[in-house]
Amino acid sequence: MSSVSAPSSSSAPTSLRNAVIRFAGNSQDGIQSIGGFLARLAGRTAQEVMTYMTIPSTISGGPSIFQVHLGSGEVLHEGDEADVLVAFYKHSYQNHIGSLRKGGICFYDTADMTAEDLNHDRGIIHIGVPFTSATVEAVGGSTRDRGKNMFVLGMVCAVFNLDKEKLVGIVSRQFGRKDESVLRNALLAFDAGFAYQVGDVEKFSFVPGEAPGSHRISADGNQMMTLGLIAAGVRYGSAYPITPWSSIMETLRVELPKYGGIYVQAEDELAAVAMTIGAAFAGHLAITGSAGPGLSLKMEALGYASMAEIPLIVVNVQRGGPSTGLPTSVEQSDLMQAIYGSHGDSPRIVLAPKDVEDCFYIALEAGKLAKKYSCPVIILSDQALSSRIEAFEEPDLDKHWVEPELDLATRPADFKPYPLDAITRHAPPGAKMAGGKYPIATGLEHDEMGHPSGSPKMHTLMTAKRRNKLVQLSKELPLPEIHGDTTGDALVVGWGSTFGPIKESVTRMRSEGHKVGAIHLRHLHPMPAGLGDLFKQYKHVVCVEMNDSGLYGYGQLATLLRASLADPRIQSVCKTDGLAFRIREIVTGVEKIMTQA
Amino acid sequence: MSTAIDTPAAPATEKLTKKALTADHPTWCPGCGDFAVLNIFYRVLEKLQYPHENIVCVAGIGCSSRFPYFMNTHGIHFIHGRALPLATGISLSRPDVHVFVFGGDGDGFSIGGNHLNHAARKNIKLTYVIMDNFVYGLTKKQTSPTSPIGFKSKTDPTGSIDRPINPMRQLLASGATFIARTHAAQVKHMEAMFERAILHDGFSVVECLSECVMFYSGAFDDSTPRKGGTYELIDETQHDVTDETAAFKMAENLAPGKFGVYYQVNRPTKNALEQKWIDETQSKLGGVSQKEILKKRFEAMR
Repeated sequence: MSSVSAPSSSSAPTSLRNAVIRFAGNSQDGIQSIGGFLARLAGRTAQEVMTYMTIPSTISGGPSIFQVHLGSGEVLHEGDEADVLVAFYKHSYQNHIGSLRKGGICFYDTADMTAEDLNHDRGIIHIGVPFTSATVEAVGGSTRDRGKNMFVLGMVCAVFNLDKEKLVGIVSRQFGRKDESVLRNALLAFDAGFAYQVGDVEKFSFVPGEAPGSHRISADGNQMMTLGLIAAGVRYGSAYPITPWSSIMETLRVELPKYGGIYVQAEDELAAVAMTIGAAFAGHLAITGSAGPGLSLKMEALGYASMAEIPLIVVNVQRGGPSTGLPTSVEQSDLMQAIYGSHGDSPRIVLAPKDVEDCFYIALEAGKLAKKYSCPVIILSDQALSSRIEAFEEPDLDKHWVEPELDLATRPADFKPYPLDAITRHAPPGAKMAGGKYPIATGLEHDEMGHPSGSPKMHTLMTAKRRNKLVQLSKELPLPEIHGDTTGDALVVGWGSTFGPIKESVTRMRSEGHKVGAIHLRHLHPMPAGLGDLFKQYKHVVCVEMNDSGLYGYGQLATLLRASLADPRIQSVCKTDGLAFRIREIVTGVEKIMTQA
Repeated sequence: MSTAIDTPAAPATEKLTKKALTADHPTWCPGCGDFAVLNIFYRVLEKLQYPHENIVCVAGIGCSSRFPYFMNTHGIHFIHGRALPLATGISLSRPDVHVFVFGGDGDGFSIGGNHLNHAARKNIKLTYVIMDNFVYGLTKKQTSPTSPIGFKSKTDPTGSIDRPINPMRQLLASGATFIARTHAAQVKHMEAMFERAILHDGFSVVECLSECVMFYSGAFDDSTPRKGGTYELIDETQHDVTDETAAFKMAENLAPGKFGVYYQVNRPTKNALEQKWIDETQSKLGGVSQKEILKKRFEAMR
């Protein structure tokens, strides 16, 4: 909302391209709901949107925020600073007034604050509104604390001149499933907020969005991952509840029966991965998932899947670690665990989606790669991606749908479960063996027929067989697309949910005269061949990651790149505050490295 | 995911013989009780005549868990303690196959102890044979969860001090729907127990005392008549196999205790309950294609 900040008495709304609105309250105030409504509205009005929320890791109560970044152009990040802050309580005001930009607008509830509580330092415009009493007045009865979120939504709708009819439609569909009085009260509160005279404050209106509006949907990352898995042909699997993974298993549990499948809640993470390997051994594309602590527990079985060459998908929604760490914060510190976290040499494929939409496509790719290379594929999502809402074009299912298949064809007489000159293709139970010899999948080192073998030569050959699959894949992978300059001062390298902030940062640095480019690694293990030559086009290579810079000063991706390319120009910008990168953090970090010799 | 398993076997194209079922020569020590278990299992399968390709043998880690290598059937040799959840994944996703799990007391009652509880309470359709030798044999004589107090091992050189697990009571508490106890030296009885277990529609477990001649010789002399012990069978005209309390009582002392079926009830399997949910869910969808179901889901997100 860069255009105007001072109050204007003009009645014509100021047009703007984007705005960041932060709602701050407690977790039971329903601010997630209204944030979600705004995000869905954006999806339907060709606006771009990205949301950001914090939830306390306690069971109920506690401060919580929902931030919505709405824009008529590309929205790549959740917003460094808010243009508007809606504070439900005094503590919300005190904790979040610092996130409001200079000259921004703050709406606060007069029930919990007086003029003496306000901080006028940075030219912030304060508007006191009786959220609580006005809601009680509108809805009637003793509904204190209930419905004030809807009052606020109505008020925001009026201030930003949003499409009221569409917004009410979204609200009605949401509440329509519940008791009639719930919807009636919600709409009463909404109308009261919409009609409330906020006084001498500017009104805004978004310029029309550029994105085509016909088939746009809004969803969070876990939803898109789940639907991507279904489209990829997944029908079976098992998991154990853990934040922020659980919503994927909850949805699979309810959705898969529609497709004839079963999702099992296991007794623990070890059982979950074992059941999933069982379904995969039985011939299905199967999926387990977890967050960091659960991935640690699955590691022995994942090593088995590498050894026995069982294809399966493992989703890891990363959160702050180690140990229980920060269960509701974002971090990218499971990269090394995903790649190397089993004993022995146990190669597997590791992928990471770049945004919410990509969660769908990465699930499809994971399914294809697991089947093609007959090995585990780990998808590294993260807490930020899991819960934030974005709007994008609906996937074309006619193009992407994968029909699940169970191949029970009779296997020829010369069938070998572990051929040295080809990728393993298991014969699942139910498949007849023309030669009369039935196969066994095993975690012991084995010969081509699956017989246990302690032969030094066989272990060397089989280790190479399992590794060479990934070497082959690395040669097939395309080099990542470069955003910005294809040669110059610095190449910014990222992976996972930092895609948007890195792209925006590079755009900003270029507008300030720097010659910089960015690439995003979707394939983290193996990485595409040829990255080294690409890096040579820049003076500096900067890996931006949400993990610790470690003992030697390099984050996890930077460490991997330095080890594989032996390129001393590779540097790191890391952080571990449990929050997504802000644009200025990346710009400052990269500029600092560029000023080095 | 029907419960087709307890219906009579489909006619096999070729008769399933011991010869067809035999794979590698077992690597067990001469005199090991597990040889008898293997031979009786061949015999029961010959009798049941399931289609060869629909038999799956699953195991974790241990001497007895080498079992799948000696069976010429589809097989999977998994990691220590996790054979049951793996077999659960096969059973739930493949109603057309017969799932058999083999393992020892360490796999079943120690490292995999919790999985036994959950596979049992979920009543997963499979048959689990626990070859109990009261000792860790593959790792050369450490105390096992069923070693009796006083048993001298490399980890308890002055004699085991921890109360052993009572397998029958453990299984009863877990919710298993078929629980039997047999002895590798009593082949006729073992055969009867295996057959009844396999034909049970639900989670069926047979604990089979199987002597480790290398590290716990004489462990089962008290239940071996030719060594002066007694092999007392459960009289099912006196013991109601559906009476859980009576089964608990009967399991009070297993040294040597009784042999036979302690408990058997019919409770819906998870396999059947999941299938029921699938059928009910799908019947509401009116036969639209799977792709259409997902398309509609996306439409609702617009």
